[in-house]
Amino acid sequence: MSQLASGTHASTATEQHGHHIVPLAVYYRVFAALMVLLVLTLFAATFDLGPLNVVIALTIACAKALLVVLYFMHVRYSHKLVWVFGGAAILWLGILFAYTIGDYISRGWLPIAGR
Amino acid sequence: MAPETQAVAIAPEHGLLHHHFDDLEQQREATGLGMWLFLATEAMMFGGLFLAYTLYRWMLPESFAVGSKHLNIALGTGNTFVLLFSSLTMAMAVHAAATKNRRTMVLFLMVTWVLGAVFLGVKAVEWTADYHEGLVPAVSWHYFGEHPEQVSLLARHGEGPNHVMMYFVLYFCMTGLHAIHMVIGLLMVGIMILMGARGAFTQGNDQPVELVGLYWHFVDIIWIFLFPLLYLIVGFHSLGGH
Repeated sequence: MSQLASGTHASTATEQHGHHIVPLAVYYRVFAALMVLLVLTLFAATFDLGPLNVVIALTIACAKALLVVLYFMHVRYSHKLVWVFGGAAILWLGILFAYTIGDYISRGWLPIAGR
Repeated sequence: MAPETQAVAIAPEHGLLHHHFDDLEQQREATGLGMWLFLATEAMMFGGLFLAYTLYRWMLPESFAVGSKHLNIALGTGNTFVLLFSSLTMAMAVHAAATKNRRTMVLFLMVTWVLGAVFLGVKAVEWTADYHEGLVPAVSWHYFGEHPEQVSLLARHGEGPNHVMMYFVLYFCMTGLHAIHMVIGLLMVGIMILMGARGAFTQGNDQPVELVGLYWHFVDIIWIFLFPLLYLIVGFHSLGGH
């Protein structure tokens, strides 16, 4: 954990009964990155790229969400069990999406007897 | 092994430690995991709506494009900025709580609260405009009755006004559920301000602020996905004939 505490000025209060305090400078940089990504989303929306538009928009949204989760929500500095809980949420969402979309896409692929 | 020994070991802040935990670090991690478990169930709840959105957009691409065209991208962008900024101020409030800085913590919680209220205010303005345009399913739905040219545009793609209604049903369900979460967030932050001003979280017990912060950031993340999916389907280029 200590190798992650490469912050600048907040090292005085870095480890208090076992939880990490992220230096404010990290938050400012993350917010700046979020602003850049927001501008990037709008810029990408000025082009008509067909189906690529939604792919780009969602990629940028995932990058934003990742920044919020890792830094604002402290997951980067958290216990591995937090990673397991967060990962479980994504895994189960993946199951929900994969099986339902798989069902919808593949309807009509196989002939149904008697029809 | 003797309980007395442990009690001595954590003596300075023993008032915070519940008897079923070994030490404050274990208690803190277990409490934090509880919040993460709750957020995982929240992700499941929103996930159902995102899945419905995905399927219907795949089946009715033109209707979703037409529906999205009626949202105000400027207001949506402004609200995205407001929420992202509120996440920064919330992170700073959590930081202030962890470093036992009561005044700074209360100040940033108040800024966060105001930003959350601004978000809901803008949302109310948008919904009111939808109401007057006749784009609220089951409540005020008369837009396409007044715009037959839009109906014929949809008909060229084998879609119709009822399919655009599906977009707006999902729009109001998704932004509505998100807004309910914002209201709950404002209540929680408000309670944090009142309790925090009396020093409840700056004497070593800062975790409640951190947990409310996790909730706030989660609601922010939902909006990070809602914004491009609902507002930017067509973007700034015109609705093409493709």
